[in-house]
Amino acid sequence: MDFDPVLLARLQFAFTIAFHIIFPSFTIGLSAFIATLLIRWMMTGREHLHRLARFWTKIFAVSFAMGVVSGIVLSYQIGTNWSRFSVVTGNVLGPLLGYEVLAAFFLEASFLGVLLFGWKRVPPWLITMAAIFVAIGTAISAFWILAANSWMQTPAGHELRDGIAYPVDWLAIIFNPSFPYRFLHMMTAVYLTTSLVVLAVGARYLLAGRHLEEGRTMMRMAVGMLALLAPLQLFIGDQHGLNTLKHQPIKIAAMEAHWDGSKPGALVLFAWPDEKAEVNRFELSIPGGASLILKHDANALFDGLKSVPPVERPPVVPVFFAFRIMVGIGLVMIALGLLGALLWWRGRLFDARWYLWSASQSWWLGFVAVISGWVVTESGRQPWIVHGILKTADAISPVPAATIAGTLALFVVVYGIVFAMGIYYINRLINAGPQGRAIEPPEKGTLGRPLSSATDAAREALAKG
Amino acid sequence: METYLPEIWAALIGIAVALYVILDGFDLGVGILFPFTHSDAERDQMANSIAPFWDGNETWLVLGGAGLLVAFPLAYAVIMPAFYIPVIVMLLALVFRGVAFEFRSVARTSKVYWNVAFAAGSTLAGFCQGVILAGMVIGPKVENGAFAGGPFDWATPFAALCGLGVVAGYALLGATWLVMKTEGTVADRARRQGKLLLLVVLAFMAAVSLWTPLAVPRIAERWFSLPNFYYLWPIPAVTALVAFLGWRALERGGEITPFFASIGLFLLGYLGLAISSYPYLVPPSLTVRQTAAAPSSQMFMLIGTLFLLPVVLGYIVFVYWLFRGKVREGEGYH
Repeated sequence: MDFDPVLLARLQFAFTIAFHIIFPSFTIGLSAFIATLLIRWMMTGREHLHRLARFWTKIFAVSFAMGVVSGIVLSYQIGTNWSRFSVVTGNVLGPLLGYEVLAAFFLEASFLGVLLFGWKRVPPWLITMAAIFVAIGTAISAFWILAANSWMQTPAGHELRDGIAYPVDWLAIIFNPSFPYRFLHMMTAVYLTTSLVVLAVGARYLLAGRHLEEGRTMMRMAVGMLALLAPLQLFIGDQHGLNTLKHQPIKIAAMEAHWDGSKPGALVLFAWPDEKAEVNRFELSIPGGASLILKHDANALFDGLKSVPPVERPPVVPVFFAFRIMVGIGLVMIALGLLGALLWWRGRLFDARWYLWSASQSWWLGFVAVISGWVVTESGRQPWIVHGILKTADAISPVPAATIAGTLALFVVVYGIVFAMGIYYINRLINAGPQGRAIEPPEKGTLGRPLSSATDAAREALAKG
Repeated sequence: METYLPEIWAALIGIAVALYVILDGFDLGVGILFPFTHSDAERDQMANSIAPFWDGNETWLVLGGAGLLVAFPLAYAVIMPAFYIPVIVMLLALVFRGVAFEFRSVARTSKVYWNVAFAAGSTLAGFCQGVILAGMVIGPKVENGAFAGGPFDWATPFAALCGLGVVAGYALLGATWLVMKTEGTVADRARRQGKLLLLVVLAFMAAVSLWTPLAVPRIAERWFSLPNFYYLWPIPAVTALVAFLGWRALERGGEITPFFASIGLFLLGYLGLAISSYPYLVPPSLTVRQTAAAPSSQMFMLIGTLFLLPVVLGYIVFVYWLFRGKVREGEGYH
């Protein structure tokens, strides 16, 4: 059998990074949620807020640990799979990635330690400060990684000498044209992701008739976030799209399955893009809709896929469908947020069982939306790994396809076992609820490193059966 | 300062790797020694002695990987593809053992499997690190600044020697750590194992010291030409002295000295290999300076590193101080 090393290297990297992104997109928002709970607890003194903060800190710990573990792999995989990319962009991207690692490293070594094991040793206000710093620190980590990714989409502030990128202006590199949009879009996405998980857990408790006080608080905070952020995300996403149209028009053409640039773009609701025939099959669309959104004029023109030869186009099918999944989920989030707000206003948020049930099923939506969004932006960038500078096919390491295929299989097996166990423990923790050892401080002499404190709570959860 | 940026970065990464080898070395070593006891209570005691430290120790590996990309992208781009299989197997082994370590304390019926996974993962990770080290000493095949060899170039007899040597070395660090941090039967057994391992490690160090100059003329010339030999002979002499002190401390019931003697042996071996390789980062083709990132990139990152590194180091000192003293049987952090 003949393997394509480029495809395999991409598959392997996509697998490990998709696994990794699940955890940060949860922990960034969760750390902010915990900090908010603690601030509210400091201000009101209501004990259930304290219980909730402790409970979610345990879940945060195990998620953060899995994020770190899967992140270590990535810091080596850039070299194992993309050595030519490392050479060409190392001068520019190296420091951005380095700062990301330092930020995460620094956090784990300092404030997270205080947050996890400090409950009996330091005063509450210091714990609250540590939680705030963890929330800021995870956001800083995201800042650097998104700066690096945005530079790959819209490179700026560099010069090319003998095909190697050299930094000229660090501010221009960091704040490259797509960075502000991508950063806002991603941060809103991760806060929405966490809100949905919190909403689902709160709804689950209310449906089961236990932990009512905690469940109500979680529902109220999550509905508030969703009602605010989900509509805002629609606006930010739209602005991000306009920015992409300016810098990466072919990505937009793939997202909209827009082939012919000489006609206005239709808003394609469903279709099967046929890349060989360069048309959409089974198309259901609103004529002029895409032009209206992107150009604010139903008759305006924008570049179609046919404006570049086929080798310059991204794969249309994954980009097109991933975009529709992301937007579809975004609309569901808006519905959940606004309906929840309406019920809250009517005083029926905790009684409407149909809403509680829908909410309790919605925990996975954010994760799928985030991964879909990444498929859109990363696949949409193809055939480039760094837009206009380096093609993905030229970026790979001199490693035979069979080696990559073999290690890919190993990754699937090991990650499958390890992360299945981790998610199983998180689920047990959530089932056990904010009580017992899940919220107790560690025993005397314990240092709550992320995984060990999770272990502690998991033992409790298991003991309950 | 700008002129010496590559050397500063080489020193920083060298320190990070040395810290990693010593710190993760002892907890990997405890994992390697896991199969050599039959009592689960003793295994718990061994595990408890490293519980507060192991994951912090492992984070130095990230700094090694990311630091190399930041400061020496060309070297990173040669080393990672050249050692593709050992690097990825090492990472997966580390992931696996880390999780096995935590799960074994939660599990009831499946504890024996997690014990096996912890021991196997620790041993495999150490072995892969030895293989990578061997490949770095000999040097991968490089053409036009890129790796030009095959996927199994690293699989040599010398790599097997170094792989086993590193496993033995980590086991020695682990055994002397247990001598220092535990009591009773665990400490007694560790003391016996430590003596045996000390001899084994010395044999491996001697084998590597003979093999490398015989196989690589560049290394023979570095050590045995005059006047180099006048300056370098103290290194083997000090190694012998440190080994003797460690042995005597193990004989006479010393509790702390053996651990620090093992660290000393590691550092001396590390220094010896660095002397063999300098000024190459990827011998025999790419020097520290040839692979360095643009000065502006190295400087930009150096500012942040010099600011944050002391804080991280301070925190580590604090953690080790907080958990000083011995772990007794039946008592633990878990």
